[in-house]
Amino acid sequence: MEPEKNLQLEMLFYMRLTRALEDRLDNLLKQGKVVGGLFRSLGQEATAVGSAMALDKKHEDVISPLTRDLGAMLVMGAKPREVFAQYLARGTSPARGRDQNLHFTDLKRGFIGTISPLGTMIAVMNGVVLAARMQGKKTVGMVYIGDGGTSTGAFHEAANFAAVQNLPLVIVAENNGYAYSTPTTKQMRILNLADRAKAYGIPSEIVDGNDVLAVYKSAERAVARSRDGGGPSLIEAKSFRMRGHAAHDNQSYVPKELLDQWRKRDPIGALEKTLKQQDTAIEAEIEKITERVETLLADDLKWADGQPLPRPEDADGEVYASEAAGVLTR
Amino acid sequence: MAAITLLEAIRQGLWEEMERDKDVFLLGEDIGVYGGAFKVTEGFIDKFGAERVIDTPISETAIVGAACGAAMMGMRPVAEMQFIDFISCCFDMLTNYAAKSRYRQGIGIPIVVRGPSGGGVHAGPFHSQNVESFFLNTPGLKMVEPSTPYDAKGLIKAAIRDDDPVLFFEHKLLYRNPKIKQEVPADDYIVPIGKAAVRREGKDLSVITYGAMVYTALDAAERLQQEGIDVEVIDLRTLQPFDREAVSETVKKTSKVIILHEATKTGGMAGELTAVINEEVFEYLDGPVTRVTSIDTPVPYAPPLEEFFLPQVDDLLKAARSLAAY
Repeated sequence: MEPEKNLQLEMLFYMRLTRALEDRLDNLLKQGKVVGGLFRSLGQEATAVGSAMALDKKHEDVISPLTRDLGAMLVMGAKPREVFAQYLARGTSPARGRDQNLHFTDLKRGFIGTISPLGTMIAVMNGVVLAARMQGKKTVGMVYIGDGGTSTGAFHEAANFAAVQNLPLVIVAENNGYAYSTPTTKQMRILNLADRAKAYGIPSEIVDGNDVLAVYKSAERAVARSRDGGGPSLIEAKSFRMRGHAAHDNQSYVPKELLDQWRKRDPIGALEKTLKQQDTAIEAEIEKITERVETLLADDLKWADGQPLPRPEDADGEVYASEAAGVLTR
Repeated sequence: MAAITLLEAIRQGLWEEMERDKDVFLLGEDIGVYGGAFKVTEGFIDKFGAERVIDTPISETAIVGAACGAAMMGMRPVAEMQFIDFISCCFDMLTNYAAKSRYRQGIGIPIVVRGPSGGGVHAGPFHSQNVESFFLNTPGLKMVEPSTPYDAKGLIKAAIRDDDPVLFFEHKLLYRNPKIKQEVPADDYIVPIGKAAVRREGKDLSVITYGAMVYTALDAAERLQQEGIDVEVIDLRTLQPFDREAVSETVKKTSKVIILHEATKTGGMAGELTAVINEEVFEYLDGPVTRVTSIDTPVPYAPPLEEFFLPQVDDLLKAARSLAAY
């Protein structure tokens, strides 16, 4: 059974919000306002949104997204203004200028910002759900990893640990074709990231990462299994990175035909098409989403752009809980 | 009350903390059913159950990663490295996740990563290291190394209650050394992190050290006393953040200082202490700050090689006589 129409419209909202937010970040980058790189999720919005939509706030479910999982962060309640302020390195951003882009955390809303060494967050998420289980909660953790990230030792150690401990963890392995410039064929000899799950004795599914409903349904199954004590699983979402690793990268190493082929499979266009097939009067609803996205982003960007940079001296402090005997006090 | 070993003191500290606080749990390799390679956690699984005494795969990254995540959820995990040498396998987790979390996301990671360190037991390059200087350059971590049973119990409790990640080094040569057995109070107590101890008062020369080298320093001090050199021995106890006040005080008192440690020389604690002494109490010095450490090689296996590698009482005597003559 297809999810009800309102749920699909919500998915569309978050996917459109993701794309429009990143479009604005692209503009801010061109204006020289973004500090550092911009890592777009263009073409991959369905995986981030569809997977996170399957989680349940009631059980305090928690995600740890990658930098390209903006959609999942938004679903969990991250605000566009926070994301703008992060990219603009403002002092009132969630990380207060101390860390960048999506590297910010709010356990109450259920997201834990990633760090740049890959695979690490799977190991950390193991501890989060292990603790939740010890505390008698039914929390499920969802952690994201890319095709390249599955080559790390941390991925292996953490996936194995989750399996042995039968932890309520869903690993969303996003296969977007390239790890920076390295194609998956140079990343691994196996064809599918899902094949890795066999080695840990955990179930896996392969889904079309550009089909938000397919991702959602697969994630729902995995989350339900974890919630019922069935342990971890891995979902491989096959998609494609429609931009370079970051804005500076023109992805000249990607064959043009491949990009053309994936461009026809845009996840947002696909969902809109599905919605229109179900309901010919849906146009008005989609129009409302457009307005909602535009208003939200305009307000939030205005707010973020008006925020101050951090004070230089705020670089110091809060390394230790109490710095009375700390080595960093000047 | 019976005198106990340093190992027993750590064991008691862990046990009492687990009784006191249900959020404290242990994880590591062979720590449950087997009781740990050195038997620090023997009997824990029977008392506290497999949920709080977790036998893990050989996966230091997964162990410390799980500890970090659980700590974020309000737990107080204590992770064991079977030998502290293997902490290199979770370097990323410690330096990039645990150490930076408070700074970058305002969330403390109250974990303890503990394990046997140090040489002198002919265990070769991978079961003998002192790893503090790997981590000295990483703001956000704390490091502790007790030299007495009293301190071991008080410091392990303080480490567990600390709101920051603490690396807890247990010199394996001291674990069951009967000579250092001590009676420890039955009542709950802690030894504060960040405070050094004066192990021997002296007026001519200071030896700043920690861990098993405290006893090397005390042996040397007795010999030097006979030669008319009155040596003060400072036991740092906490390596990060170390007790700057105690370091300054002893330099002001004796004006001559040797820094003694078992870790290798280059880029070590001694270099850092020398720099701090230079910055803070330079005017009080009457001679060069002197380092006595292991040589800059991996820890060798064969007894004659290891003996040459490690700082010996004679090395310290030589350095002390030379410095005292200034």
